[in-house]
Amino acid sequence: MTQFSIDRRSVFKGAGALVVSIGIPGVAAAEIGKPVKPALSPDQLDSWLAVKADGDVVAYFGKMDMGQGVDVAIAQIVGEELDVPFERINVVMGDTAWTVNQGGASGSTGIQKGGIPLRNAAAEARRVLVELASQRLGVPADRIEVTDGVVAVSGDPARKLSYGELIGGRYFDLAMTWNGKIGNDLVAEGQAKPKPPSAYKIVGQSPPRFDVPAKVFGKLDYVTDIKVPGMLHGRMIRPPVAGAVPVAVDDGSVQDLPGVRVVCDKGFVGIVAEREWDAVQAVERLHVTWSEAAPPFPEMAALYDHIRQASVVKREVPVATGEIDPAFASAARIVEAEYEWPFQSHASMGPACAVVDARADRATLWTGSQKPHFARDGVARALGLPQDKVHGIWVPGPGSYGRNDAGDAGIDAALLSKAVDRPVRVQGMRYEGHGWDPKGPASIHRARAALDKDGAVIGYVFESKGFSRIDIDTNESDPSYSLAGQLMGLPLKSLQGFGVPAESYGFASKRSAWETIAPLLDRGSPLRTAHLRDPVGPQIQFASESFIDEIAAATATDPLAFRLRYLKAPRDIAVVKAAAERAQWDPRPSPRPDRSGDTLSGRGIAYAQRSGAVVAIVAEVEIDRRTGKVWARKFTVAHDCGLIINPDGLRRCIEGNVVQGTSRALTEEVAFDRAKVTSTDWLSYPILDISETPEAVDIVLINRPELPPAGAGESSIRPVAAALANAVFDATGVRLRRAPLTPQRLKAALA
Amino acid sequence: MAERIAFELNGETRTVEVAPDTPLLYVLRNELGLSNPHFGCGLAQCGACTVHVDGAPTRSCSLPVSQAAGTKVMTLAGLGTPEHPHRLQAAFIAEQVPQCGYCLNGWIMTAAALLRDTPHPSEQQIRDGLSGLKCRCGTHMAILRAVRRAAQAA
Repeated sequence: MTQFSIDRRSVFKGAGALVVSIGIPGVAAAEIGKPVKPALSPDQLDSWLAVKADGDVVAYFGKMDMGQGVDVAIAQIVGEELDVPFERINVVMGDTAWTVNQGGASGSTGIQKGGIPLRNAAAEARRVLVELASQRLGVPADRIEVTDGVVAVSGDPARKLSYGELIGGRYFDLAMTWNGKIGNDLVAEGQAKPKPPSAYKIVGQSPPRFDVPAKVFGKLDYVTDIKVPGMLHGRMIRPPVAGAVPVAVDDGSVQDLPGVRVVCDKGFVGIVAEREWDAVQAVERLHVTWSEAAPPFPEMAALYDHIRQASVVKREVPVATGEIDPAFASAARIVEAEYEWPFQSHASMGPACAVVDARADRATLWTGSQKPHFARDGVARALGLPQDKVHGIWVPGPGSYGRNDAGDAGIDAALLSKAVDRPVRVQGMRYEGHGWDPKGPASIHRARAALDKDGAVIGYVFESKGFSRIDIDTNESDPSYSLAGQLMGLPLKSLQGFGVPAESYGFASKRSAWETIAPLLDRGSPLRTAHLRDPVGPQIQFASESFIDEIAAATATDPLAFRLRYLKAPRDIAVVKAAAERAQWDPRPSPRPDRSGDTLSGRGIAYAQRSGAVVAIVAEVEIDRRTGKVWARKFTVAHDCGLIINPDGLRRCIEGNVVQGTSRALTEEVAFDRAKVTSTDWLSYPILDISETPEAVDIVLINRPELPPAGAGESSIRPVAAALANAVFDATGVRLRRAPLTPQRLKAALA
Repeated sequence: MAERIAFELNGETRTVEVAPDTPLLYVLRNELGLSNPHFGCGLAQCGACTVHVDGAPTRSCSLPVSQAAGTKVMTLAGLGTPEHPHRLQAAFIAEQVPQCGYCLNGWIMTAAALLRDTPHPSEQQIRDGLSGLKCRCGTHMAILRAVRRAAQAA
């Protein structure tokens, strides 16, 4: 563990140095030299990077790496602009005392948006360093060149100064231009113009991850490993029927467990204990009498009927081109289909954990949340403290793919710590990780296509209807967006939002719309929704790209040829062609003519745009007719996310997307009864097993240095489910329109 | 009531005084200060807590510490070090396996026993031998590459 003291922010000075023990690499102020660093603000170059006395560089990144190596890419970007070797760049992220709020991990924007100020800051720092060297060496700046952090006179390499000699031990104390925003859209820039991609030497290489050795040797501390002196272990107790509140809590039921204390405030019920195992046992033993709450959920079997019948809360029509009604009125043929997608769980490897040390006038939060600055804000509000009195420290957590249960654990720990006046570590049990994490929303999707007498698409309508993607906001900056807050009665302020297919099909007339319905419960609910990896992307594209194949099949057209006939955007066409070519696509309509035998095989293609990236996937499946089981044997992925920073990291990122996407397409469905979520462990919520892993994920990377880097953390999960459903149809002639594509469903359809 | 229980941990004899029904995982993490293995499910379903008990991969979340008395317990930290890595650890680094890495413990410890007992496993033996372990980030492809690489290094 690294010991260092956080003493930069004046708020901590009055209370003395706050010494913490965490596993994040940092740089103490003394290492830089100047005792007081400019205040942490996006318009200060010193907020973005520092050069240490030995010439090593520290980059302060206000977004996060959640396990895909974004911090490595940031180090590459910074090293590139500074002309400093990658090995000498150290990235500090997720500490609210050291980094500005760039929005945390959010929408795969770590490089796409998060890299922009870092790139600008590094370029500006290089400019200043060259200027300094020019003065010190007495030559014009245009006669200076920089190699590996050493500034030398062109043609006279003996006359040189290192970055360490130039600035190590001092701060730049230089203002940058800041657009005034925090979060994803924060931009800061200096006078310097970043390098052209043609000059890149570090960007485009594949240096290894910083964290792998520590993880592989069991040396890396996760948030679950944080131990603070005097810390108690906390556990939460959730209602057995969603919506019930405690009417009586019998402390006596846990009296025989040493040191157990119960904390109860409205619907918030937790316990703390000196020893973790006592806390776990206390949860099981604590006797709580709950109010008689009417079970709030429909029968699971009636979920999609509920969605169909529910009143529309909000409707938007983001795409409307051409004359839809005349197209359908004049159609020679109409193709229609409806698709269904279930609630899905983040189901992170470990239930969420957080540690909070809440004092009367300040607090410290250790969190695995992907948005630690916002988590800090939420804890400050929950404790009634000013934001600057709370120090948020991110420590790697047990997996994060959006707004998962980590966002709730921080508020839980804060409220418990405040109540018992001790630092408290809260960790959920498995049934909370699955049962009470915020869910990806369930939805239905209706598609209709009008064809003329020649089979050309003259009208296309795609409408989604489902639960909002965000019953709770994208971050936990306010207790009303936390489970604790909602259980204590803060109203659930569902932000209505969904989405439309992301594609460039140029049909003569086209409408894409969405409708949201009310949440099933107006307070803390195990079926409340929040962003889960590529929010609403997999479900929408499952439906839209399945439907494209349905139109192709209705006109006996090869699915690849059909797409290429209508696609308009050149990059979209390029990825679709690249995936098909690499997969040695056999041009013919689906389904395949020979569908005999017990083992059926087929291939399907699907594609998607996502926030500046575009991905096409060919899936090849093998199906056991007797069991209905689908094995996703091989994927071929063509991926274009603009400029590629780290190709190997990108490949592993894509593999993770494809495997998780396969899991969501084939196995994942939150089960519930009228009172509660019933899929509360790995048996009732299975994910893709290693024995079911594809034999190959073949990846074609299309690098576009002329384009800025787009995100890759989610784009390739989007078309996976549709590629699989299309392959299943090709193999069997059966169109599965309800996800996941389980053996039971396929077997029944094949019967 | 707490009892004194002794076992060998990564080559050193350790004695703890805990309730005998406490799962070994909690003792390793809290009484003995290890930051690895991890709590994933508490139900022996995911493998994040896997340690070797007398050489057998064991889900420490579901083993009462009393049953570990007198045994030899080995954790990931005892399997190898940066100076002397186990071939699986070297392979997981070479293949750059992690996403979050929280589950790695289970894969490496289970695969270590697999390769010890079956030095040259077939693809099917690797998949069957690791079946049941969970990785939510979906690093399955890289895990398989790393185990194959380690097997070839034997």
